[in-house]
Amino acid sequence: MELELSLGLFYLLLLGFAILMYVLLDGFDLGIGILYPWFNTDAEHDHLMRSIAHVWDGNETWLVFGGVILFGAFPAAYASIASTFYLPIMLMLIGLIFRGVAFEYRFKSDTSKRYWNMAFAVGSSLAAFCQGLMLGTLVQGVPADFINQSSFNWLSPFSLFCGLAVMAGYALLACCYLVMKSRGELQQKAARYGQRLLLIVMLSMLLVSLWTVWIEPEIRARWFGGWHALWLIPLPLLSVLAARLLFRDLGRVNRSHKAETAVHERHEERPFWLASGLFMLAFIGLLVSVFPYLLPRQLTYMEAAAPDSSLIFMLPGIFIFVPLICAYTLWGYKIFAGKVEDYQEGY
Amino acid sequence: MELDVSILSRIQFAFTVSFHIIFPSITIGLATLIAIWEGLWLKTGNPQYLQLAKFWIKPFAITFGMGVVSGIVLSYEFGTNFSKFSEIAGAVLGPLMAYEVLTAFFLEAGFLGVMLFGWQRVSAKMHFFATVTVAIGTWISAFWIIAANSWMQTPQGHQIVDGKFEVVSWFDVIFNPSMPYRFTHMLLAAFITATFVVMATHAWYLRKGQHQDFGRKGLSMMLWFALVLTPLQAWVGDLHGLNVKEHQPVKLAAMEAIWAEKESNVPLLLFAVPDMKAEENHYEVAIPGLASLILTHDWQGELQGLKSVPAEDRPNVHMVFFSFRIMVGIGMLMIGVALLGAYLRWRGTLYQSNWFLWPVSFMAPTGVIAVLAGWYVVEIGRQPWIIYGLVRTSEIVSPLPAERVLFSLTLFVLTYSLLFGVYLYFMRKLIKKGPAPIEQLEQQRIGVKASGYALSFTKTLATDADATSTKGAN
Ligand code: HDD
Ligand code: HEM
Ligand code: HEM
Repeated sequence: MELELSLGLFYLLLLGFAILMYVLLDGFDLGIGILYPWFNTDAEHDHLMRSIAHVWDGNETWLVFGGVILFGAFPAAYASIASTFYLPIMLMLIGLIFRGVAFEYRFKSDTSKRYWNMAFAVGSSLAAFCQGLMLGTLVQGVPADFINQSSFNWLSPFSLFCGLAVMAGYALLACCYLVMKSRGELQQKAARYGQRLLLIVMLSMLLVSLWTVWIEPEIRARWFGGWHALWLIPLPLLSVLAARLLFRDLGRVNRSHKAETAVHERHEERPFWLASGLFMLAFIGLLVSVFPYLLPRQLTYMEAAAPDSSLIFMLPGIFIFVPLICAYTLWGYKIFAGKVEDYQEGY
Repeated sequence: MELDVSILSRIQFAFTVSFHIIFPSITIGLATLIAIWEGLWLKTGNPQYLQLAKFWIKPFAITFGMGVVSGIVLSYEFGTNFSKFSEIAGAVLGPLMAYEVLTAFFLEAGFLGVMLFGWQRVSAKMHFFATVTVAIGTWISAFWIIAANSWMQTPQGHQIVDGKFEVVSWFDVIFNPSMPYRFTHMLLAAFITATFVVMATHAWYLRKGQHQDFGRKGLSMMLWFALVLTPLQAWVGDLHGLNVKEHQPVKLAAMEAIWAEKESNVPLLLFAVPDMKAEENHYEVAIPGLASLILTHDWQGELQGLKSVPAEDRPNVHMVFFSFRIMVGIGMLMIGVALLGAYLRWRGTLYQSNWFLWPVSFMAPTGVIAVLAGWYVVEIGRQPWIIYGLVRTSEIVSPLPAERVLFSLTLFVLTYSLLFGVYLYFMRKLIKKGPAPIEQLEQQRIGVKASGYALSFTKTLATDADATSTKGAN
């Protein structure tokens, strides 16, 4: 029993890790697609695509990983979450399909480029929006007979808002990524958009926090009951701090283009790490709110856990391969480190 | 007619998985071929191999992309459409698929970036390493998913606690009785599929009188591969059949359309129209006793027939029977092509024999058709069971409203039809464009030798290219 509990907890943390990795990596990747319509020229679009063409597949694999960890370690949760969120999942998958194939076809097309641009932008936005929707619905909690209700019961004002907030968040990550990967006007533009998006994101985070605390007594108790608030206060404080720093960095990148000075004071990589930190803090906050539920107020991780034989079987794989995966993923990023060049590379 | 969510979910799964398998069966083989060409180029320095690798890497890239996006759908569909199944069998299948992601998908994705875009950034050896890694990743991926599927065909190593499956021995689960056969047969099928896609393309160039040297090199290599692989596949398929006879006798009865409860001296049906109502065949064309001989190594050997189980425990005989014949028929055709090619080569007239090249240039889709037919035999033959002999397919579908599944199914049919058209269009475009001339590759080769130099080299190349407005340095 003791073993089961701690194994379950381990897998819950692993699941959290997988989701966080997914959100950060595919976040900037989907975010590029969300930003796409705000860039106009073919050259800019080429640049955006090239900045992620070599990594999108690996980034999306974290989504598959999250799915199968849920499947293998918490079969009951996988079954009920996936079937409950039938429509948003299907729409997300369709979105991912269109944006995924756009990478290959866009570079090989002459006449149909327009359509692939659209497929990329709409697909990325749809996928991000659906993820936000599901997040919102999860946080709100769903009744047990949810699956049989109207097909559109996940469209509450709260979940819609979360959908838009996640889109803004991903777009912010993408801006920070672009600041790191590009130069000149494009970089400046990304920094400018980034500043605006940061304001939107911070406002949304505030709203979502207040909203959940207001509508969910259980979450309110988690945050404000007893001494909890004292332990948890660093989360919002650090977020505000990170946001402050991020805003300043982006501002500097933006301005330094006008006065060609202070290039060494310009932090081009730090914004991305700050934005990631911001996401991480928000994610921890979310975990605090929903723990120990996988499907809030319906199914906890203990109830959903697979038998020990399955949990133990996966352990060696995880301990050997997750570090290895991180190592060669990092190696891949290093090979393509530096600014994206505006000429065709590759095969 | 009342919409039945169970039927709709099954149609959706069958449709999406059938779409998916088209692409892996090409990429597994093509990744392996590209790795072989790159290796040969490094070893011999013959630029023709580089030309082959560099040409085929483009079709490979778009095929791989299609494989990835259609695969992600599948890994979620178990939960969305077969929630009951995920719940009871998740403890067995989930970990297998987790290993697939850990050991294969990340590997493929991680090195694919370098394989496709890293030519100017890493040394030639490193690039070769990345290509080999991607190829091996595809095999590992096949290993795990086939293990999962084979366990559903011939389950063992588990116990059932409170209606849910728990694993007692992982070794027994992974190396279940049908797994080694199915894995070998599937990998060979993928190699053969890619071989025939490449062979057909090169035959087409020769027939059109384009890219002669390139066409010859590829055709010649592919014919050698086919000569080895296709007979091997028939032999493995035969062993696979014996395994089916032992573990899934009813499926075998459907493959051979044997009705009588027990029958000896069973004929091999070359053609027939099975009649599931009357429980007999019409229009039989048969070779007496041959099925008994093949399956029991005795003309009088006895085989179990469909009537040995009640009608509700039988699969759809038509689908299984005809799919099996399509697969084996294509297999025989491929062996014929390989032998004929070898004969023409020996005569020295291979590259001039337009009557041979012409039909071969249309054989590109045959491998994929055989793969699909083979999977239909396996999967439809397993029905009405989802886990053979233990769980019925009808019991495990998600309790979704039917319209919801109808909606997603419609979306998939529209999306996939569109994308398949696009895929074929771009494949055609790439093939029509043909390979880059060797001189151009030689230029690039300078770069591949020293990665730092290469980068600046391509940069100047790019500016030159801009000046003359010929885009793209590859
Ligand atoms: C024999 C081979 C084989 C079979 C039977 C299947 N697949 Fe597959 N799959 C592959 C061989 C493969 C591959 C070769 O590894 C792919 C194809 C192209 C690619 O990108 O990787 C792939 C891609 C692929 C991906 C994307 C991986 C990524 O993100 O890079 C997923 C999630 C799946 N598959 C899942 C499935 C599921 C759930 C299947 C069964 C129902 C399935 N595949 C059948
Ligand atoms: C990739 C090649 C495959 C093809 C072409 C294929 C084809 C099919 C088809 C045609 C069906 C429908 C059968 C029917 O309902 O009459 C089916 C069902 C199914 N197969 Fe496969 N299959 C493949 C691989 C797999 C693998 C690797 C797995 C599992 C790991 C799998 C699991 C299932 C499940 C869960 C169903 C749904 C239940 C059902 O409808 O029977 N399949 N498949
Ligand atoms: C030439 C003689 C062949 C024979 C005797 C043969 C036999 C078989 C048998 C007995 C099965 C297993 C059915 C089951 O498990 O229920 C099978 C499946 C299959 N066959 Fe074949 N086959 C042949 C050729 C081919 C060819 C040429 C291809 C493709 C290029 C192919 C692709 C497949 C695939 C993909 C499957 C399903 C997966 C698997 O079981 O590996 N087969 N075949």
